[in-house]
Amino acid sequence: MSTAKNENSELILEAGRASRHYWADLWRFRELLGFLAWRDIKVRYKQTTLGVLWALIQPAVTLAVFTFIFGKLAGMPAGHAPYPLLVLCGLLPWQLFAAAFSNASGSLVANTHLISKVYFPRLIVPLSSVAVALIDFAVVLVLLALMCLWWQFAPDWRIVFLPLFVVLTLVTAIGTGLWLTALTVKYRDFRFVVPFLLQVGLFLSPVGFSSTNLPNWRFIYSLNPMVGAIDGFRWCLLHGEPALDPVNLATSAGMALLLLATGLWYFRRTERTFADII
Amino acid sequence: MSTPVISVRGLGKRYYLSHQQRSDTLRDSLTHRARGLWRRVTGSAATAPEGEEFWALRDVSFDVHQGDVIGIIGRNGAGKSTLLKILSRITEPTTGRATIRGRVASLLEVGTGFHPELSGRENIFLNGAILGMSRAEITRKFDEIVAFAEVERFLDTQVKHYSSGMYVRLAFSVAAHLEPEILIVDEVLAVGDAQFQKKCLGKMSEVTRESGRTILFVSHNLEALRAICQTGVLLESGRIKATGPIQDVITQYHSPLSELTIDYPAADKPAITRIAIDPVRLAAGDLVIHVSYQSPEPLRPAIAGIVVSSFDGRPLFGANMRTHPPAEALPGRAGVCTLEFPQLAVHSGNFTVSAWLGDKGQDYDAKLEAVSFTFVSPRHYPNRPPLHVIGPVDLPCRWTMRPTN
Repeated sequence: MSTAKNENSELILEAGRASRHYWADLWRFRELLGFLAWRDIKVRYKQTTLGVLWALIQPAVTLAVFTFIFGKLAGMPAGHAPYPLLVLCGLLPWQLFAAAFSNASGSLVANTHLISKVYFPRLIVPLSSVAVALIDFAVVLVLLALMCLWWQFAPDWRIVFLPLFVVLTLVTAIGTGLWLTALTVKYRDFRFVVPFLLQVGLFLSPVGFSSTNLPNWRFIYSLNPMVGAIDGFRWCLLHGEPALDPVNLATSAGMALLLLATGLWYFRRTERTFADII
Repeated sequence: MSTPVISVRGLGKRYYLSHQQRSDTLRDSLTHRARGLWRRVTGSAATAPEGEEFWALRDVSFDVHQGDVIGIIGRNGAGKSTLLKILSRITEPTTGRATIRGRVASLLEVGTGFHPELSGRENIFLNGAILGMSRAEITRKFDEIVAFAEVERFLDTQVKHYSSGMYVRLAFSVAAHLEPEILIVDEVLAVGDAQFQKKCLGKMSEVTRESGRTILFVSHNLEALRAICQTGVLLESGRIKATGPIQDVITQYHSPLSELTIDYPAADKPAITRIAIDPVRLAAGDLVIHVSYQSPEPLRPAIAGIVVSSFDGRPLFGANMRTHPPAEALPGRAGVCTLEFPQLAVHSGNFTVSAWLGDKGQDYDAKLEAVSFTFVSPRHYPNRPPLHVIGPVDLPCRWTMRPTN
């Protein structure tokens, strides 16, 4: 019986041999994923006076600025919801994406000491780094609840679909994050690309305004998967406005999945050399 | 014999040494690709990849059986760490293959993944998980780990406030409670105080005896290797130089080192041309070292220096002609400086000698660990503690005792 077990656990190390047990290993190391996420969450607000309040301050200030610029100065239409709520429903997925994406992008280089000293499926590092973003997301959800109370605005039954769009956001963030983190191991140039991408992305996504403002370009616009995620969030929380177009939504979801698939492919392809070049 | 738990066949690992500071910027890669494309278009011959090839490991083959405790020996850069990295799956081999049968845990560094902001308790869990323990396993062994590390009182203190000794003890302790079938350990005993090192060695040999665990162990501490290993592998410049019983391998490791004389060609600048240890005086217990030099211009006067180090590279003592001026120092184009240590005050062992040449204001030449010698002490202590406990130096001394009751 023990020989059978031994044969099962025989491991061959050879050049170019992709581990057949990769996904099984990933499952076996799931506790490590939890521990790394827990470490990042625990350490995040250590030695800060305001602590987790920081997760609120940043979106609150952005919210105020965007409401003023897009709602007041540009005078963009809000539909039937108050303008700040419209902005917050765009900010929620955007902040989740931005935090998850930038954490994942920097994760491998930030954990150099682990990668050069211990074996585990490297995918654990970027995946665990996303957890912190989810905690901050939960805090901003509380802000949303407070604002809904203030404006006496209750979301309807559509809110049950919200988790789907959270997943869409995470898929987008992990897909792009995997690309960037694997590229950063080899080319540190990409560290400078991340903040730049986020800055451009913020204006290319309908965060501060509703995408109904661009009636003719919706399809092309949907190639940005965050357009689908933000529209989806608004649809879920703001009584189905803007209406979701199935083709556009499918385009965004398809792009997100494509990013994830290619990100995984590139990550797996380069993973074997991480320890040598990091 | 049973199937080996580790079998290594023709293992090799190649690195490219780049002569630029860092070739990993995007621009370099892009220009490199562009050049490759240009070559393909113009049909000119492809050149070798940029940078110099370097084989950290070459054609390494050996077997390890269950319950073996193997010591891997070699000088710095011999490929020990690369071998362990491949077996730990951190990096891939370039050639050959290694087959491993059993759960492996590797400890290439003490306290990998310790986070300074987290408490001792939290770090035990984090580090345990990183080393491959499950949460249930850590919980089960938690008290044992804490007791072994002797940090009960500071469990909820952030690790950044720990003394370095406490830090190392805690990290060791987590590692010492790993229960894999194969344990890979790299030079982790270099840190920590002697008493705790001994405790860890004890723990390690205890678990191998009791559970038949296999251990691969790299250390410069030959005494420790001798104490817990049965077999040894000697690596030199990436290749296996010797395998066999640990004692034989350790002897082999020393023998090429015992080189009493070395000559260097003269150069167009002031340089050391010969370093020589007097074998006759050495046998009598005195260390006498001659450093010869040559120079195109007369040196006014030459100044030589000597450092004697133990086999693991730790400098033990040294002297130069500034600290110990000779009675007479004459200028000249060539000469011999001789340093004498009458009745050398060290225990039996292996030592290396580095030499330096300069003059009043300048450094000219340095030969690091250039010659080496084995010292057989005329003094004999039947019940002497091991050298990693008391150190290699054996100063003349005298105890006195006076009853006070």
